[in-house]
Amino acid sequence: MSAPRALVAMSGGVDSSVAAALMVEAGYEVVGVTLKQWEGSDGEMPTSGCCTVGDAEDARRVAAQLDVPYYVLDYVDDFRTEVVDRFGAEYMAGRTPNPCIECNRRVRFKALLERTTALGCDVLVTGHHARITHDEAGYHLMRAVDRAKDQSYVLHMLGQSELARVRLPVGEMTKPEVREHAARLGLRTADKPDSQDLCFVASGNYRTFLRDNFAEVAQPGPIVDESGDVVGHHEGTVDFTIGQRKGLGIAAQTPRYVVDIEPATATVVIGRKEDLLVSGCVVGDATFVAGAPPVGGVVAVKVRYRAKAVDAELIADGAGRWRVEFVDRQPGVAPGQAAVFYRGDEMLGGGTILEPVR
Amino acid sequence: MLYLDHAATTAVRPETREAMAPFFDDAFGNPSGMHAVSQRAKNAMEQARERAAELLGADHPLEIVFTGGGTEADNLAVTGVAIAGGIIGGVVTTAIEHEAVLESADFVSRLGGPVTIVGVDDDGRVDPERVAAAVTSQTRIVSVMTANNEVGTVQPVAAIAAAARAVNPEVQVHTDAVQAYISEEITTASTGADLIALAAHKFGGPKGVGLLYVRDGIGLEPVLHGGGQELGRRSGTHNVAGIVGMVAAMEATVADRAAFRQRVGQARDGFEHALVAAVPDVEINGAPESRLVQHSHVRIPGVPAETLLIRLDQAGLAAAAGSACQSGAVEVSHVLAAMGVDENAAAECVRFSFGWPSVPDDGAVAAARVAATVAELR
Repeated sequence: MSAPRALVAMSGGVDSSVAAALMVEAGYEVVGVTLKQWEGSDGEMPTSGCCTVGDAEDARRVAAQLDVPYYVLDYVDDFRTEVVDRFGAEYMAGRTPNPCIECNRRVRFKALLERTTALGCDVLVTGHHARITHDEAGYHLMRAVDRAKDQSYVLHMLGQSELARVRLPVGEMTKPEVREHAARLGLRTADKPDSQDLCFVASGNYRTFLRDNFAEVAQPGPIVDESGDVVGHHEGTVDFTIGQRKGLGIAAQTPRYVVDIEPATATVVIGRKEDLLVSGCVVGDATFVAGAPPVGGVVAVKVRYRAKAVDAELIADGAGRWRVEFVDRQPGVAPGQAAVFYRGDEMLGGGTILEPVR
Repeated sequence: MLYLDHAATTAVRPETREAMAPFFDDAFGNPSGMHAVSQRAKNAMEQARERAAELLGADHPLEIVFTGGGTEADNLAVTGVAIAGGIIGGVVTTAIEHEAVLESADFVSRLGGPVTIVGVDDDGRVDPERVAAAVTSQTRIVSVMTANNEVGTVQPVAAIAAAARAVNPEVQVHTDAVQAYISEEITTASTGADLIALAAHKFGGPKGVGLLYVRDGIGLEPVLHGGGQELGRRSGTHNVAGIVGMVAAMEATVADRAAFRQRVGQARDGFEHALVAAVPDVEINGAPESRLVQHSHVRIPGVPAETLLIRLDQAGLAAAAGSACQSGAVEVSHVLAAMGVDENAAAECVRFSFGWPSVPDDGAVAAARVAATVAELR
């Protein structure tokens, strides 16, 4: 019997480089790929930002060091329609989207996963920090060993059929261990800094990107307080996110925060810190790793990538919608972000925040 | 590995390697110098120039300008003629040209020269009348490739040249013969062209060297400025080994051409015959009556080219689709777009190109491998 074959999505970063190395060490025949997701007007990969020609070259060099075949796959059209256009549309609708989640949902773990077999491979491997386990109940997705790097939040859409064909080998290691492993193998990505920015935003400033690509988000409008009085003006809702304090241009005795964005009128509503607190939120498009919601309604929920998980009750609201009722009122609940449910280390599933419940 | 991407580049011929060897060794001199070491290099280079001129049917060796490859030769031809004399002239070219020509035309356009891009039919043919209709009194250069590098359609360059000159006798006609030279007779007489670009690596010479035939008396502005080599038409220290190797490859190509057409034509035809038998819905692109013998450009409906090429690579068969960008991702081809192939169909097109090392049996072997992979993907 021939060795199992792994398709490794290599970004050119250290995590996916080590993921590829670990699969080779585990006896897989590895095929490395980089997704070309965005391009300049000349049709070439960008030269600055995250997803660049330089990153693809790093991935290619690592694949060569590991002596595995490597290809660049063209996902520009998919990425534009499924990720970037949605990103703009969500902003125009006054929401705060997470394009990495949409990329995972619609490109990486859908289009690419569907192609894994066609490309002659058995499993799809990424450098995400999260762990996949398996027992008689099926596959589970667990937080990464390195809690600070845990990416289970952006993988909340994965279900049993995906997890059966996905491997996340670096989730078992801390980031320093990943770097040590890369250094031991002499991989050129060992000391490469972590990417922070959105891969398609070369300038590093997603607001500039949005202004350049989605003119509607630059619609000027009023800033109003909780009583509806106009207290200022802004140059576009794109500059605001729920919970934002800086850059409001408002003089007030106590700090003011963005508490709501009304896209129809390009109105930004500000309030005090306590006005940010909500008792819950409505979540749509929810999926569960196990295929069914958890038994017993109490879960821990993360409403942002960097937020702490807080206790909440999960209540079915019909039509695929769920109501999340926080045990303690929470700030910074932004429509468009994901609400992801946990029990202990296990990620149970999640969905997109439709609206806060005050 | 069965290599069927000879149109991208091919192996260096043994004659080339042998001819080049001395110039890495004791004949390493810079031909622009005055001493014996330089003179040896200079003599070899000028001898090569004479042979290149003879093989192309040029009137004089100095009509041959050695360049750093095909792209540079095309740039020198299109830009060099269009901007010669300080007055920007017009360019007429076609939608299926190599980027070296299209981007040069775009450069001329940005400098203010009028540029017209002529379309092609569904098989990639350029109609001489359409070219003639685009020529005006302002047109200074007409550039039409001898054969397309993707689908292999051979163009009626001599007829195009005659039609263009009938409208404006002053136009210069350039043909990019980079892809065609290995299998088509290319001379000043056969093409009727005033300028002809070649790239050594497409016919068994080394990479990074090419030439431009420029008929005597044509005004040419250099695109590389410097020490004034090549009568000021192309500055830069000569790549003597490359030049000598290229001309040795030209000799070998011309000597082998009839046999190449026989041997490689058999391989290509055998490939297509077997592929059609195994995959009946395969579509063969390019002009059936006038196609490079080494090219097979096919669409396999329902099978993405990118996936097929990766699977074939894994199965030990190297082929290509469209043109590769810097990252190596498969790009949608401007040639197929010009032929009216929609984007989805274009993404299912693959080019198999045979070369001088190919043997007739390669066709059947390749077809079996492609058919097996297609069966798995369907």
